[in-house]
Amino acid sequence: MTKYAYYPGCSGQGTSQEYDSSTRAVCRALGVNLVDIPDWSCCGSTPAHTVDHLLSSALAARNLALAEDLDAAAVITPCPSCLTNLKVAVHRMGDREFRLQVNKLLDKPVDRTTPVKSVLQVLAEDVGPAAVAEMLPNKPLAGLKLAPYYGCIMNRPPEVMQFDDHENPTAMDKLMAALGAEVLPFPLKVECCGASFGIPRKDIVAKLSGKLLEAAADLGAHAVVTACPLCQMNLDLRQGQASAAMGRKFQLPVFYYTQLIGLALGVPQSELGLSKLCVNPRLALDAMHAAQAEKREREAKNEAGKQQAPQAKAA
Amino acid sequence: MKIGVFICHCGSNIGGTVDAAKVAEAARAFPDVVFTSDTMYACSEPGQDGIIQAIKDNQLDGVVVSSCTPRMHEPTFRRTVERAGLNRFMFEMANIREHVSWIGKDKEANTNKAIELTGIAVEKLRRDQPLFAKQFDINKRVLVIGGGVAGIQAALDCADGDREVILVERESTIGGKMAKLDKTFPTVDCSSCILGPKMVDVAQHPKIQLYAMSEVEEVGGYVGNFEVKIKRKAPYVNWELCTGCGLCMEKCPSKKSLDHFNEQVGTTTAINIPFPQAIPKKAVIDPEFCLKFTKGKCGICAKVCPTNAIVYDQQEEIVTESVGAIVAATGYDLFDISKYGEYGGGRLPDVITGLQYERLLSASGPTGGHVKRPSDGKEPKTIVFVQCVGSRDKSVDRPYCSGFCCMYTAKQAILTKDHIPDSTSYVFYMDIRAPGKMYDEFTRRAMEEYGTQYVRGRVSMIYPKGDKLLVRGADTLMGTQVEVEADLVVLAAGAEAAVGAPQLAEKLRISYDKYGFFMESHPKLRPVETNTAGVYLAGACQGPKDIPASVAQGSAAAAKVLALFAKDKLENDPMISFVDIKRCVGCGKCIQVCPFGAIKEVDFRGEPKAEVIETVCQGCGLCTATCPQGAIQLSHFTDNQILAEVNALCQL
Repeated sequence: MTKYAYYPGCSGQGTSQEYDSSTRAVCRALGVNLVDIPDWSCCGSTPAHTVDHLLSSALAARNLALAEDLDAAAVITPCPSCLTNLKVAVHRMGDREFRLQVNKLLDKPVDRTTPVKSVLQVLAEDVGPAAVAEMLPNKPLAGLKLAPYYGCIMNRPPEVMQFDDHENPTAMDKLMAALGAEVLPFPLKVECCGASFGIPRKDIVAKLSGKLLEAAADLGAHAVVTACPLCQMNLDLRQGQASAAMGRKFQLPVFYYTQLIGLALGVPQSELGLSKLCVNPRLALDAMHAAQAEKREREAKNEAGKQQAPQAKAA
Repeated sequence: MKIGVFICHCGSNIGGTVDAAKVAEAARAFPDVVFTSDTMYACSEPGQDGIIQAIKDNQLDGVVVSSCTPRMHEPTFRRTVERAGLNRFMFEMANIREHVSWIGKDKEANTNKAIELTGIAVEKLRRDQPLFAKQFDINKRVLVIGGGVAGIQAALDCADGDREVILVERESTIGGKMAKLDKTFPTVDCSSCILGPKMVDVAQHPKIQLYAMSEVEEVGGYVGNFEVKIKRKAPYVNWELCTGCGLCMEKCPSKKSLDHFNEQVGTTTAINIPFPQAIPKKAVIDPEFCLKFTKGKCGICAKVCPTNAIVYDQQEEIVTESVGAIVAATGYDLFDISKYGEYGGGRLPDVITGLQYERLLSASGPTGGHVKRPSDGKEPKTIVFVQCVGSRDKSVDRPYCSGFCCMYTAKQAILTKDHIPDSTSYVFYMDIRAPGKMYDEFTRRAMEEYGTQYVRGRVSMIYPKGDKLLVRGADTLMGTQVEVEADLVVLAAGAEAAVGAPQLAEKLRISYDKYGFFMESHPKLRPVETNTAGVYLAGACQGPKDIPASVAQGSAAAAKVLALFAKDKLENDPMISFVDIKRCVGCGKCIQVCPFGAIKEVDFRGEPKAEVIETVCQGCGLCTATCPQGAIQLSHFTDNQILAEVNALCQL
């Protein structure tokens, strides 16, 4: 089994524990072998690169150097922000001079370049929606209308991220569709949610996230599905603020895509952490179950009609 | 041998940083040099006369001129020495301008380098031999590849010059992109009304043979004597018999075939004639959609055809034609708009290309000239045009300006107002490039008389909102973000090289740039010639061009062909390879490396030897560098001459 060096990231330990635990559960179920990078440290997150590119890259590179001992196919992380920092560090270290400077700051220099990927990329490319669909032929998410939201940094800048279309990504769409969900043509899938402006300028985040929720609601989505802890927090935790900013009441559950895959795979609730979501996910799941029930009823009726028809003919 | 050396000042170009008099003085010491002088402008009339006088007075056998680049003036000076009675190849040139005076300021160092370069030229000249060109006959027929407006113009001009023309077109009709246009800028006259008669002229001209649905498969030979293999694809209809009556189209049950002529806005029948004015007006079956081909059933067209022209098992065939010159006029293709994910082209039905919009505007288009948006057939009231989609954008590897998009967008905005008077058009632009005659006036008319809203700024994204499209962009003059709710979005897709252009260039042995456009010999002074003698360019295959420029180039290429054909015999360039047959071991390496196919294997007393086809060899020297025996040598650049140059440099 291919081994991946797993970089959980700090938010997975705090604000998005449910993302981390559902990711681990889903990977286990789909046969993606995760090995935690021992003694991993913060990638520098949002602030570091605004202060010093060298130090910021060194923070990320420390983790890459540690990962080398695991001899994994790739370093993978669920968080797009961690992904950016790791990938940018790799990208910058393509320059020999820069690499030497970074290595000078590290106890253990970066020797070779292990590819860095998001967990989403691994699930979309290495596992693939076709394999997922094959595992779950009865389409467990049928009837669930989803607005897939990727956020602004999962695929951008394209020359660094090298994954999917940077303006119209479809990796998550395809995974969700493979599970039977109805993926809506969500136009704002790479628009900014306001990111970490939630702390200094709440008004900006409320408005930007509000726009996203509005577009999803207008499309008739039952829920939004994300791949980013910060996006999830802005859309979910701040949904009240967003509602106030837009002057209408949103009630859209915001899932991590791993939670939905986990749900489809029958991963225990304790690992999915659905209870940690602020907007009650029950809303979306009820709508889904209702749609499924309606479909079953319709089919049963059709079936009954078909059975009756020959009898009528015979009579 | 008596050698004369002339050092040119080139005004202050050389004289400013090289002591020309000192170079002339130093040159006196070189072997065989009997005369030297320095002169203000060697290429001027008095300068050339001075060289001729010196040759006569001193009975010189060869001349060295140290001046500018040989690219520009070597032919000039060769003619000069010829006028004085010398063989034109008893002349050498040292470049002491580009290689010396323009790149260094240290006068002493420059002077020394100029002396060295002059010395090298003298050593080479001492080993020069007179060379003589060979003459050969030429075939005075011309092949024109591509039946767009540039190719049509070139074909008609050549035919009017009384030369036989073979016109090859890969589609089933000529007319190219221009035939798809509704109107032309800046005159807003009907495109097919001005092109149509020319297309008919092509069909009726006794000197033009048209091969539609054909492609050039292979090109052999050289200027004056090309052999071209042309693949005639199978239309599954015998065109000798087809009268273009259109009965088959009426009855064909498969109506979902891709309508290439209408840029796939709408569909057509599996057997179809692309448009009413098509030349030749013959039916073609699209086997991907024909039920006879896909399901083995149907055969209605064969039943209804009054002339029994349908041939389901028709095969493609290869014909060979001999021509003396070739005009490439293969045109361009549009940039693939789906590469901009944020604009939704290819995903959103109401985001279309300019050429698709052109078909919606055209009376012969799928909507009969009524503008209806593709999604629901409604008449759009707010139309947004986005310029520079696939031009001037490094991120999609199209950094060049496509040139005509500004103008066709202005034209479409004007036409939109004519078609739908209560409509509003917005044009998002980077800047307006309208340099042609009456062009700027035309775009101003779109803004001032037709009320088109020009917004300077790029569009960031387009997405559906209800049944409208929300176009989000920037207005960089106002410094604000803008949003327009549009019914239809027209992307002014830029131009890129036609599909297969690089492959054709390789067949023709001409160069192409990194985008696939064919390269001209000289961007300013030889715009329709290529570096392969006898192959000329016309129209957008060389770079994006509008109709006037394409037509002008078509005529220019024809003029070049007619000038070539005005001679009965051509001379080859004698600076070509020759084989020392005693040294040649017949290994064939030279044959493998020759990019022009100019070397063949011959049997010489039972042994294989290489032989140079003198009229094909271009004198590139690859064979001489490859030959392990040193048996093949390039006249005027023999190993001995080059070694002599190196020796001279090491000794000076």
